[in-house]
Amino acid sequence: MIMQNNDSYQERSKRFFTLQQTPDLFAPATEEDKAQQVLTKPSVSFFKDAMARLRRNKLAMLCLGIIIVIALVAFIAPIIYPYSYTKQDVTAQYLKPFEYSAKEQAKIAKGENIFPHIMGTDNLGRDYAIRVIYGTRISLMVGFIAAVIVVIIGIIYGSISGYFGGKVDLIMMRIVDIIYSLPDVLIVILLSVAIKDIVSQSKNELVIKLGAGMISIFIVFGLLYWVGMARQVRGQILSIKEQEFVLAARASGAGARRIIFKHLVPNCISVIIITAAMQIPSAIFTESFLSFMGMGVSIPMPSLGSLASDARIGLVSHPFLLIFPALTIFLIVLSFNLLGSGLRDAFDPKLRN
Amino acid sequence: MSSRFLLYLLKRFGMAIFTIFLVIALTFFIMHAIPASPFSAEKALNDATIRALEAKYGFDKPVIVQFFNYLGNLFHLDFGLSTAWVGKTVSELIGDAFGYSATIGLSAAIIALTLGVVLGAFAALTRGRWPDKIIQVVTTALVSMPSFVVATLFLLIFALRLRWFPTMGSQPGGLVLPIISLSLYPMAYTTRLERSAMLDVLGQDYVRTARAKGLPRPKIIYKHALKNALGPVVTYAGPMMAYILTGSMVVENIFAVPGLGRLFVNSMMRTDYMMIMGVTIFLATLIISLNLLSDILYKLLDPRIDLR
Repeated sequence: MIMQNNDSYQERSKRFFTLQQTPDLFAPATEEDKAQQVLTKPSVSFFKDAMARLRRNKLAMLCLGIIIVIALVAFIAPIIYPYSYTKQDVTAQYLKPFEYSAKEQAKIAKGENIFPHIMGTDNLGRDYAIRVIYGTRISLMVGFIAAVIVVIIGIIYGSISGYFGGKVDLIMMRIVDIIYSLPDVLIVILLSVAIKDIVSQSKNELVIKLGAGMISIFIVFGLLYWVGMARQVRGQILSIKEQEFVLAARASGAGARRIIFKHLVPNCISVIIITAAMQIPSAIFTESFLSFMGMGVSIPMPSLGSLASDARIGLVSHPFLLIFPALTIFLIVLSFNLLGSGLRDAFDPKLRN
Repeated sequence: MSSRFLLYLLKRFGMAIFTIFLVIALTFFIMHAIPASPFSAEKALNDATIRALEAKYGFDKPVIVQFFNYLGNLFHLDFGLSTAWVGKTVSELIGDAFGYSATIGLSAAIIALTLGVVLGAFAALTRGRWPDKIIQVVTTALVSMPSFVVATLFLLIFALRLRWFPTMGSQPGGLVLPIISLSLYPMAYTTRLERSAMLDVLGQDYVRTARAKGLPRPKIIYKHALKNALGPVVTYAGPMMAYILTGSMVVENIFAVPGLGRLFVNSMMRTDYMMIMGVTIFLATLIISLNLLSDILYKLLDPRIDLR
């Protein structure tokens, strides 16, 4: 309601409890009153506001840039790169970065253009840069798929548990507690041992290419990894489901599914983004750890973990073979970690210290 | 309070036991889904031996009967016979190896927790100044490095190049590098946790009150702040032990320490099913128990926590 002038407002507030309506309350608003109602600034949604905060965080933006560059290289380079990750060349074993084998030097002398081995070659004479690039691709893929699995299952499970509450919540959260204390790495190892035979006899090319290790990693992500997300989403929903807009939605006849996905989940977007971003480096760690133990991708497909593990042969004379994959994994995980904390600062300003 | 705490203990114990049971069942049924018999993997055994072994462990019986037999044997710490190390029981092998892993794991945990708390508190107290900045940069870098990378780099630098330490874990002083490389990640993580917990506590009203009362600064820090900032670290202790115990697998392999992790990886290479099951169950039980311990400790430390 628009008050015509200050005097009448003060006058009215003195008689606050009266129901008497004076005619001046119903007078049309002046142009000046209307001008006060015009918004001077467009309303900014929480998401946009957070994104603006994130853009101001230079470190987080740098990390995002690094991740994008690494991802672009990992997915585009194999198409245009002149070497393949399987091609062995006995004349080009253990070349140092930018070194050419005798055969290649002869070709260069003839005037041919030979693409340099940016990171040298490994013990079988395979170009190392392309192997590191493929390994990076595996790491990023694992991180991405883990995030997708975690987001989907975590949101559905957590929101159901939080929305329905009571006995449903109790039972669902007990299951989460149990899953939380299961040692995930052990189960991945166990599963990969168990399905090794089945996978190696499979006719599906993708299944063989991924290998028992990767398939077990994804199965275990699906079974165990989402519990952190489920807990976070549940907690968030518990705290917002009593608010009026949920009541309003229920009063106008919205069903549980509509309330959860239209009203509750969009309000959990900050915890969802933060938790997913935190989960990615942990998934990349798990994969590289298992690959290092020889239980990740199947040979000859390289992974950053298996490259680091293979580099232990002849470590003293060829430390580059360790340093390149180690640096790559460090850079990827560091960028994700810093981006994750940047996202946390942006989406949850209260948490910043 | 105390009866409620007892009830809480009972509940948590029940859940932990159920989780351990779940792990045993999962391990057992996953391993039994493999078509091959546990004894057909090694060629060293002849047919008669296999049959005798199968009869001893009842592999001719239905799977569910076998499961309960296995479960019953576990109560007597009988994990079965190793097939790769002929003539040894799984329990013997685990017993021999566990000493090394326990030494590495405990030392790494103690280093990680003490150094982490001290560094974290120090960083919080010097917030925004250079000690804090250095600690933040170093810990951010350390939590981005997997233990196997750290361990291999250490092996290269300190054992192979500088020759300060032996490359083999079984030699004297050989456990130093495995312990340090295993403790760096949890140490950095603890530091970050402790720093933010400490900052949180230092901003609380009761710390301001203590300061207003004129209490000496060390007393405020030790008595009021540090004690209350330990909660997150204690809850992290359980998952940290899981990280250390599984991380120990690669570190033991890199430094050739004859511990549990190496045993586990070797039994996987030689497809020793009984051994794989035994070590998985042993490690999982250890991890679950330590998780339980850290949860209970957390509740004991902070009586305000809602017991559910």
